[in-house]
This record gives sequence, structure tokens and C-alpha cells, in this order.
Amino acid sequence: MPAIELRRVVKRFGEITAVDHLDLDVPKGICLGLLGPNGAGKSTTMRLLTGQAIADEGDLRVLGHELPGESKEARAKMGVVPQLDNLDVDVTVEDNLAVFARLYRVRDVRAAVDRSLALARLTDRRKDAVDKLSGGMRRRLLLARGLVHSPKLLLLDEPTVGLDPQIRTELWTLIDGLRGEGATILMSTHYIEEAQRLADEVAVMAHGKVIARGRPSELILEHAGRETAEVYGPPARLAEVRAKAAAQGLAVRPAGPAVAIVGSEKATDGAVPEDAVRRAASLEDVFVLLTGEEAE
Amino acid sequence: MNTAAATETTRPMRRLDPAAIGGIMSREVANFRTFWKSTTFSSVLEPVVYLLAFGLGLGATVVDDVDGMEYVQFVGTGMVATAVIFSSALPAMFGTFVKHRFQRTYDAILAAPVDVEELVTAEMLWIALRSGFYGSFPLIVTMAFGLDPSWGMLLVPFFAFVTALGFAGFGIAVAATVAKIDQFSYVTTLFVTPLFLVAGTFFPIDQLPQGLQVAAQFNPLHQLVELVRHACFGFEATDLLRIGALMVFALVLWRVAVARLEKRLID
Repeated sequence: MPAIELRRVVKRFGEITAVDHLDLDVPKGICLGLLGPNGAGKSTTMRLLTGQAIADEGDLRVLGHELPGESKEARAKMGVVPQLDNLDVDVTVEDNLAVFARLYRVRDVRAAVDRSLALARLTDRRKDAVDKLSGGMRRRLLLARGLVHSPKLLLLDEPTVGLDPQIRTELWTLIDGLRGEGATILMSTHYIEEAQRLADEVAVMAHGKVIARGRPSELILEHAGRETAEVYGPPARLAEVRAKAAAQGLAVRPAGPAVAIVGSEKATDGAVPEDAVRRAASLEDVFVLLTGEEAE
Repeated sequence: MNTAAATETTRPMRRLDPAAIGGIMSREVANFRTFWKSTTFSSVLEPVVYLLAFGLGLGATVVDDVDGMEYVQFVGTGMVATAVIFSSALPAMFGTFVKHRFQRTYDAILAAPVDVEELVTAEMLWIALRSGFYGSFPLIVTMAFGLDPSWGMLLVPFFAFVTALGFAGFGIAVAATVAKIDQFSYVTTLFVTPLFLVAGTFFPIDQLPQGLQVAAQFNPLHQLVELVRHACFGFEATDLLRIGALMVFALVLWRVAVARLEKRLID
């Protein structure tokens, strides 16, 4: 039985359909990256899973519990790390954790707090108020709070959004460690690198649906081929390159100051100029081709 | 994320789970430990200032006594109601709004096995406990101004607690209804201030026009003022009706607060 099963789930906000007949399974023991641009429906999907949004249509089952009817039972077994920092800033690190250990009905609060502090490498800061912590420490504390009850499933909602690269790497190491222990993780993100680095499988979301799913390497091969060629130059030249490639049925996408010809190994007749920079196709190519959005 | 998980969260989930309510209240206690000194300071000093200004000022120059009470004692006993509404309705309004909109505390709490009913219940209980405690301070201060202690006074924290439950529910419901924090001004001007002024704190209700006297009977603060004065100077049979009315007030506002906050928090 998968940890998460969503069948034909719909969530509307007035005229807007945020989640549109979404089918999604998350098997136990994997990290699934929910990758999509802003407004793709990732956060709404997360809120549906935590019972903070109620689906208009469809069936949701989390760890064997039907939602929303058995939402509390499901939430008792899952941990959530939110996109935005919502720690109690005046309260100590250990009190922040102890409160949530109680909310999750943990029997030995002290032991749970000690274990979470050790995991987040914050044991020596346990008596400090949260507003004395650095940004990276606060993020680690948020992760520790989501793990204080040793959940069977972890939901990470854009876990590193807005963080500087050093803190992001710190957090990735922690999440990678959890993944290595066989945790089941559903992680929404719009960072390609994050999905590529942490996710066993990636589901690309757009307009409230999963439009592609698979292992990153499978998705790349299926949608972007083996190679991408980037061509740099003035706008007129880029337009000419784009037209030639398009004439051969090749996918072309903007890539900052360049155009990227995706699947360039299939090009013939000089569609790829000799000065093009050839590189292996990436998940970013897949993301941009499928969603039409610039990658971050 | 280890195998200890299954053994750690095996308690059954139920409606109004004391573990959930206690967990939320433990969060409030943890936060309160960081600002209890300032709350206690103002809770003691405010009635002193009021009693000096109204009790000794007006009492010495304009009003001798009211219904056989010295004016300073009349104001001092009435000020319990003032302390209760200002330590329940306002913290509930601002606290709920800030925790929901700015701190996103409720998003974190509701991601745990807690529902909105438990959240509102815990918030109301905590505010009412605080208000029951601090709301009784004016009575203690008034003793320093000559009020004789009586056994009935021991019930005042309970009366304050029940009244504060209702006003905490009112504040939560308001916070869950307004779109912007500045809209609280309408609520304080149109509801809180009139309730506080027409409670019989500073002047007796029977001095008011007949219509306002009838309206005052529906004012929970007036009922509290009467209960506190009777606790100090002798209970009446109608006091049971008064406490019953305050309990109904708390019960109704509890359900309204749950409904409003659920509408606001659950999409």
C-alpha cells in the first residue's frame, strides 16, 4: 500500500482550479519530488494532505487513513516542514520542540526533544531563544520539529525556498540523511537542483496536474534526449538558430542569454552551429519544456 | 524517522482531546514565561491608577458613596469587569489575528493532530485562566484602599474566568472575521467601549435612561460587576441566574468562534 494515494482529486478556489483531477501515489520508502512552477498546485496538494484544505472531489488516503475523515490519525503519523518559518521566536529551542512533541502525543517528550536536537545538531543551543539562532539553525529546527515524533511520512513544502546556498546545502545534507535511512518523503520544490539531488522520483506538476513522472534520468531521456546544445550570440542570430532547429522539429527553449536546443543529438544539416556548447540534457530542460516556465 | 514512531503515537484520537488542548496551552505557557513580568506589572498598576483617579479623585470631590458603598470600593469592585474584558477580548482579537496571519502559528499547529475546535478551546481556556487570575487583581488592590475581605471574594476568579471565556470567544470570532487588523478599531469603538462603560463600573446602572438599563441587563460585564459586588457585600438569589447567563454567553461564543475560525483556517 502506498504511503499517499490521491485519486482524481480536485480543489477549486472560486473560479480557479488549483488541483485538477490529480492522481498521485507515493510508495513507502522513497523521496518523491513534486516539481512545478509557482501556482502549479504543489502547496494546495500539501494542504490537502494535512487537512488544512478539503478536496471538492476525489479520494485521498494517507498511511491507510481516508481524508478528511481520518485526518487527525494521518497527521499523527506524518511530519510537516513548512515553507515559511513559523517557530515561536521568543521561546527556547527545546520548548519549541517540546510543545510539538506534546501535540503529537509523544509519550517521552524529553527523549523525543533530545533526539530531535541531536538530529538537527542543535543540542548545545537548546536553551537559546529562537531569535538568537542563525537562519540555517532555524531551518534545521523546523526540520527537527517535523521529526520530533519520528513520523512515518515527512512532507517538506519548499524546504529551502529563499535560503542562501550554504544553508540550502546544509539542509540538503540533513534531508539526504533521512532519505538514506529509508524515510518516505514528499517534497514540493521549484528548485531543479533540489529535486535532482534529493528525489528518487520526480513528479512534474503544472496547472494542478502531474504531467510527467519518473526517475530524473528516465524523465530526461524521455523528454529531453541525451544532449542539449546552447548557442550564444546577438538576438538576430539566436532567432535564426531557433528557426532552423524548430524546422527540424527540435525543441528550443530560452536559457538566459542563450537558446538551448534540446535533444540536439538528433539534429542534422547544421541546425546546431559549430560554436554551440554541447552538454548532457538535464532535468531543467525537461522542466522548461513541459511547463513552459523558466527554471530556478 | 525510525521504527520508534509506531510506539510513540499510539494514543487514540478523539474529539476535544485533552492532550491536544494541553499541548496548545503548553505553547501559551512557554510564550507567557517570556512576558509575564510586564503583564503582572500593568495588572497591578492599572487599578491603582484608576482607583487614585476615580476613587479618590471623584470620590473625595464629587461622589460620596453609591448604594451605601464608598465610591472607591464601588469603582474597585467594578474594575474587575474592566480588567476582564481588556485581558480577554483584546488579547483574543490581536493574538488570534497575529498568530494566524503574521506568525502562521496555526498552520504549524493544525499540521499536527489537532483540529480547530481543540485550538479554539485551548486558546479560550488559556485566555480565561489568565484573565480570571489577573482580573481579580483590582479587588486585591481595592483592599489596600479599605475594602474588607469576605469569603465570597474567593469566587471572583471563577466569575472572571467564565466571563473571560465568552469574551475570548468573541475576540477569536472577530479576529477570524475581519480582513485587516485596523478593522479592530470598529469593534473596540462599537462594542468593547460601550460594554465597558455601561457595565455599572463607574456609575450605577439605575442612573441611566430606562432603555439603557434594560440593555445593560444583556451586558455580560454588568452581570459580572453585580456578581463581584455581591461576592464582596452579600450574594442574592438572582446571582445563580447571572452565572448561568454568563455560562450560556461563553458556550454560545465558543461555538461561534469555532465556526468562524474553521471557516478562516480550513480551505
